[in-house]
Amino acid sequence: MSVTAVAAGTRAAAGPEGAPEEVRRGRRSTPYLLLLPGMAWLVLFFAVPVFALASLSLQTRVPGAEIGVYTQTFRWANYSDALTEYAPQFIRSFLYAGLATVLCLAIGYPLAYAIALKAGRWRNLMLIAVIAPFFTSFILRTIAWRQVLADSGPVTSTLHTLHLLPAGTSLTASGTAVVAGLTYNFLPFMVLPLYASLERLDPRLIEAAGDLYATAPVGFRRVTLPLSMPGVVAGTLLTFIPASGDYVNAALLGNPSTQMIGNVVDSRFFRIVDYPTAAALSFVLMAAILLLVTFYIRRAGTEELV
Amino acid sequence: MSTLGGAPPSAALDGAGVRENGAGRRTKAAGRPARAMAWLRRNLVMIVALLVLVYLFVPIGYTIAFSFNNAGRSNLVWQGFTTKNWTNPCGAPEVCSALVNSLKIGLLATVAATVLGTMVAFALARHRFRGRSATNLLIFLPMATPEVVLGAALLSLFLNVGLEPGFWTIVIAHIMFCVSFVVVTVKARLAGLDPRIEQAAMDLYADEWQTFRRVTLPLAAPGIVAAALLSFALSFDDFIITNFNSGNVTTFPKFVYVSAARGIPAQANVVATTMFVAALLVVLTGQLLSRRRRA
Repeated sequence: MSVTAVAAGTRAAAGPEGAPEEVRRGRRSTPYLLLLPGMAWLVLFFAVPVFALASLSLQTRVPGAEIGVYTQTFRWANYSDALTEYAPQFIRSFLYAGLATVLCLAIGYPLAYAIALKAGRWRNLMLIAVIAPFFTSFILRTIAWRQVLADSGPVTSTLHTLHLLPAGTSLTASGTAVVAGLTYNFLPFMVLPLYASLERLDPRLIEAAGDLYATAPVGFRRVTLPLSMPGVVAGTLLTFIPASGDYVNAALLGNPSTQMIGNVVDSRFFRIVDYPTAAALSFVLMAAILLLVTFYIRRAGTEELV
Repeated sequence: MSTLGGAPPSAALDGAGVRENGAGRRTKAAGRPARAMAWLRRNLVMIVALLVLVYLFVPIGYTIAFSFNNAGRSNLVWQGFTTKNWTNPCGAPEVCSALVNSLKIGLLATVAATVLGTMVAFALARHRFRGRSATNLLIFLPMATPEVVLGAALLSLFLNVGLEPGFWTIVIAHIMFCVSFVVVTVKARLAGLDPRIEQAAMDLYADEWQTFRRVTLPLAAPGIVAAALLSFALSFDDFIITNFNSGNVTTFPKFVYVSAARGIPAQANVVATTMFVAALLVVLTGQLLSRRRRA
């Protein structure tokens, strides 16, 4: 039950959806009463905090006061300072997240396709297998990858024995390991919306393409892929957004030269207690992603995501 | 791809004659290797899919296996099989206290987020009102914002108002990011329901409340249960937002992350394995129940 419902949840994210067809008779205030508590919560603990973040990002240290005390001076230069200092981490975050998204799409599409169109009675079981990783701790799984890829682990020693990996090099503590970890951790976010859109596809359309002399690759390119675009859009967004802000993979699988922007925000907040820089960086990240999402949705044409 | 069962015979013949990739429709003249190739081509997608599933399960297998590792403080290298971690799950006391915190936070956040989110979903799916797109935006934005930003933003608020981060700030944060997922999940369920069923109830003189309690709510229940399970899973496994707003309180993911440097006790793997099995049982039971109901 919950698998299909989760898939249905992502399906709502995948497809456009109109206003309700049938409206219940009732008092006009009913919808507002229903909305009030939830919306109040989101305003108080999402919208207001974003303003608090924006405010914090323009503050400066009070001279002579203890560490962590800041006052509002509207110092816009906080942004340019933060951006010049951490441009490499920003670029790296988007690069790693982009690579992970492409890899997720490459291996997630065949999986979603097989579940939706080939699995038959095994469909639900395969769907459960896709969400099963969520049932164990995200951090323990990432640490498990560190063990699998460790110098003494099975993968590295096999590659060394086969001379596919030069002696003395390791797979962990590298950019490759970080991208692999991101790909692993966010793969289900790609597969579920892809599945949701492929499952709605009428297989007779693919047959029709074949009957009209389209070869399998042409049929895929001209029929299956365009029809699954809402899933591709939702899946890439659901993968790219959390991946670009993630710092767990970079911290556990990377090295100091593979730091992402999340690592910087984390250490600015907690180790250096430099709140304004951390806030400015978070705000830029949020703005960049929102711009990207808007642009992407415009281009790909799925207007309503919720 | 070509399941030609439904196609007219002539079309099927044409297709097989012309198409190079008409896998599996070759004549007897084709030899064994050709047939093997055809089989491979037909099942390639499934083979790739199964390999990807194996990839998904490698770290899970590792986590489960290492819950049986006869290791001391640092559970990094395999040292032999033991069940002592299972018979003594609180052997590492921090694991148990962190687990209790995570369970408490998860339950509180799940109940609150499910109630709030379900109400919003009903409003969106069953009523017309002004401010609909603003509502949609406010639900979508938290999902489109990286966790680092959500965590940092909430912490700025708590710093601003002078609220010391701790147990309740974690609960507040978890409710916030779970609500959106509840709304989306329940709304999807409601959108799939035939509104005429509710109309029929009303035509049979059920008032609004009776229709809701006796018709709409039971029909929406699977979606609400799924949303609650999703909320609990999200809350229980959240690390980034929690780390920003937890102060000195340790949740299970935070404990694992913090102790990663000096070694994670095998009891953490016991907890993770138990959660995995429990969640799997819940989902499989749900599957069986819904299958039986349909039958």
